[in-house]
Amino acid sequence: MIKDITIGQYLPGESVVHKLDPRVKIMASFVFIIDLFIINNFLGYIPVFLFIASAVIISKIPFKYIFKGLKPILAIIIITALINIFLTTGTVIYSIGPLNITREGVKLAGFMVIRLILLIVGTSLLTLTTSPISLTDGIESLLSPFKRIGVPAHELAMMMTIALRFIPTLIDETDKIMKAQMARGADFESGNLIKRAKNLVPLLVPLFISSFRRADELALAMEARCYRGGVNRTRMKQLKVERRDFAAIAVMVLLVALSVLSRFI
Amino acid sequence: MQKMIETIDLTFKYKNEDGKEDLCALNKINLTINKGEFVAIIGPNGSGKSTLAKHMNALLLPSSGKMFVKGMDTAKEENLWNIRQSAGMVFQNPDNQIVATIVEEDVAFGPENLGIPPKEIRKRVDDCLKAVNMEEFKKNAPHLLSGGQKQRVAIAGILAMKPECIILDEPTAMLDPSGRREVIDTIKKLNREEGITIVLITHYMEEAVDADRVIVMENGNIVLSGTPKEVFQRVKELKNIGLDVPQMTELAYELRKEGIDVAADTLTIDEMVVQLCQ
Amino acid sequence: MPIKVDNITYIYMKGTPFESKALDKVSLDIEDGEFIGLIGHTGSGKSTLVQHINGLLKPTSGKIYIDGVDITGKDVNLKAIRQKVGLVFQYPEHQLFEETIYKDVAFGPKNLEFDENTIDSRVRKALKMVGLDYEESKIKSPFDLSGGQRRRVAIAGVLAMDPKVLILDEPTAGLDPKGRDSILSEIKLLHDKYGKTIILVSHSMEDVAKLVDRIIVMNEGKCVLTGTPREVFKEADTLINIGLGIPQVTMLARKLRQKGINIRDDVLTVQEAKREIIKYLRGKKHD
Repeated sequence: MIKDITIGQYLPGESVVHKLDPRVKIMASFVFIIDLFIINNFLGYIPVFLFIASAVIISKIPFKYIFKGLKPILAIIIITALINIFLTTGTVIYSIGPLNITREGVKLAGFMVIRLILLIVGTSLLTLTTSPISLTDGIESLLSPFKRIGVPAHELAMMMTIALRFIPTLIDETDKIMKAQMARGADFESGNLIKRAKNLVPLLVPLFISSFRRADELALAMEARCYRGGVNRTRMKQLKVERRDFAAIAVMVLLVALSVLSRFI
Repeated sequence: MQKMIETIDLTFKYKNEDGKEDLCALNKINLTINKGEFVAIIGPNGSGKSTLAKHMNALLLPSSGKMFVKGMDTAKEENLWNIRQSAGMVFQNPDNQIVATIVEEDVAFGPENLGIPPKEIRKRVDDCLKAVNMEEFKKNAPHLLSGGQKQRVAIAGILAMKPECIILDEPTAMLDPSGRREVIDTIKKLNREEGITIVLITHYMEEAVDADRVIVMENGNIVLSGTPKEVFQRVKELKNIGLDVPQMTELAYELRKEGIDVAADTLTIDEMVVQLCQ
Repeated sequence: MPIKVDNITYIYMKGTPFESKALDKVSLDIEDGEFIGLIGHTGSGKSTLVQHINGLLKPTSGKIYIDGVDITGKDVNLKAIRQKVGLVFQYPEHQLFEETIYKDVAFGPKNLEFDENTIDSRVRKALKMVGLDYEESKIKSPFDLSGGQRRRVAIAGVLAMDPKVLILDEPTAGLDPKGRDSILSEIKLLHDKYGKTIILVSHSMEDVAKLVDRIIVMNEGKCVLTGTPREVFKEADTLINIGLGIPQVTMLARKLRQKGINIRDDVLTVQEAKREIIKYLRGKKHD
């Protein structure tokens, strides 16, 4: 049932991609996304494609996991493509009734499809090779320079960690309460939308109550373990930029340079 | 002998739901626990035992009277973090006290809060996981562990703060028998081998059998106190309070009523066997 | 209403890396009016088994018959099954959600679409069975009650469905000795006075030994022992091997026998042990 949903699609591994500093990986993903939109001709995507393909190969993540990530957004890709094909004005190359397919439309659709696919592949590579906890550490570290202007970097990271920690617990709990109410004849599966929403009350109320209780107890336990926010706090694992990280940065710089150059072809 | 925990006329009152009436959860408790002792506090629900435990960690402050941890007054703000570092606390629900998504990260949480240097934290985490026999699980996700394992991780998390005293508030209430055994064995080992003062709050009598001292609470008062043998032979009083007595002690009590000469303080099966085989 | 579990296997999270066999070819029969203790430690499959009997889980293979009806088939009315077989989960007080005790207990019969009068009489009866006050239930919130009382409300919520069979999963978990004893004696009353078939899921040998007619022991998804408490506790070695242990007095009797003292090896309670020991000591005097 609900337990079958696998959250956090991290695939543990020992590859260089796995071992890269999470900050480098997060920044690289950002740069990669921006890069996808710098490029304005098909030729420009060749280096990007080669880059991401080799990154996947080096990471030893089976291609089927990458494609799995694409499946849920297939519909979005198709709709985007269709909208672009039919709704872009320009040189008409083909007409179906009142709908016109234009040369510009086809080109734009092609760009959008390539961009979307590469974007998804790029970001899933990040989550597949980075554990949630190092992602959180990376985000905390990247945000810490903004602490001075009031960005609560540590607090955000702590909230993310706790959320990640409690997602499986709450899924278990949902499953249990659902079953307990079903044993009392509750029905979560039939009826119209309004009825279904109403039927969720016996599930949601106990879930909220227990979440509040958990939050309360967790706060007490954290206090008992001397937690007082991010002040004077140290970390067991220090993030350290190593040689491979510089190599990754160099590759990213090269990729962006190639993309910028491709605009002038 | 050095005093680890000392209370003087410790009283704790709280308002009932309507906010009108004052209820007394602890009533002038006087108690001293020495360094290195293993003390079990037993009592039915609502007897005040958990409230007392929360005072030892300065999670609650007395309404009147005093609470000292290693001579530090818990009512003084500046002592707060020293007290919590010296007297660590393990709670009932193993799920609601684990903070991180990986076992070793969770054990590191306490020392990180204390600002210990990273290298030292690493060492403490490894040592403490070994002390509770969980080193092979250090990279695991906590939600996949059994209840007993989670509780041992929680103990390691406290241990990593290098406390002199650990207070455990019904750590086994939600566990099955094998989980309970794991936790109790771990506690005993820490007491024996590391000399850590243990305050174990429980309502399972068999867990109190190996303590140095048993304290029985009822309605915010200490009603009995002494070695397990001294306390458990008061079968009738314990039953009146609504507590269990170890089966062998109860059997000894019943046999004595029939005029059979067995020691009233018989606790274990082997002790009973020896007496009956004479 | 007999229950027949016929060779069921349940594979958990089939087709994922977490796949595991929670039940492995389990077969058992439960007769009308029996009081069963289902024992095993965490992960032995006992909770999975009871969820099958209630139709919450479907076996990967095998069949379950309730009153002669196969409940693993496709067109089974699961609501009707759940009405006949009530299941009280572990920590059932966590499922309470209504503003008053009354409304919460009425949730089950309401789902069964009874009229107001029937619902009212069902609630009244269920509250009485667990010793809660009817008038008070209409104005009091279940969240203002103590832990033990809240658990009673939750049990009443299942009883209001008027099930013939009542399954309770660890009903004493987390209670203190007093609370435990009073819940257990109420469960006994449900069996003795109200004629319910009871399946009590527990890991406490001491609790179960005193109460039930028959014990079923589960380990690693299999049914390993079944019989009266006396029969089962005679298999002390098996029980100790799977980490369950036996009541202390039973252990005492065994140890005494090993020392050559001839007393029954199937004592279950302190009172029985006392009688046996006195019999032995008096017998010795006469020799």
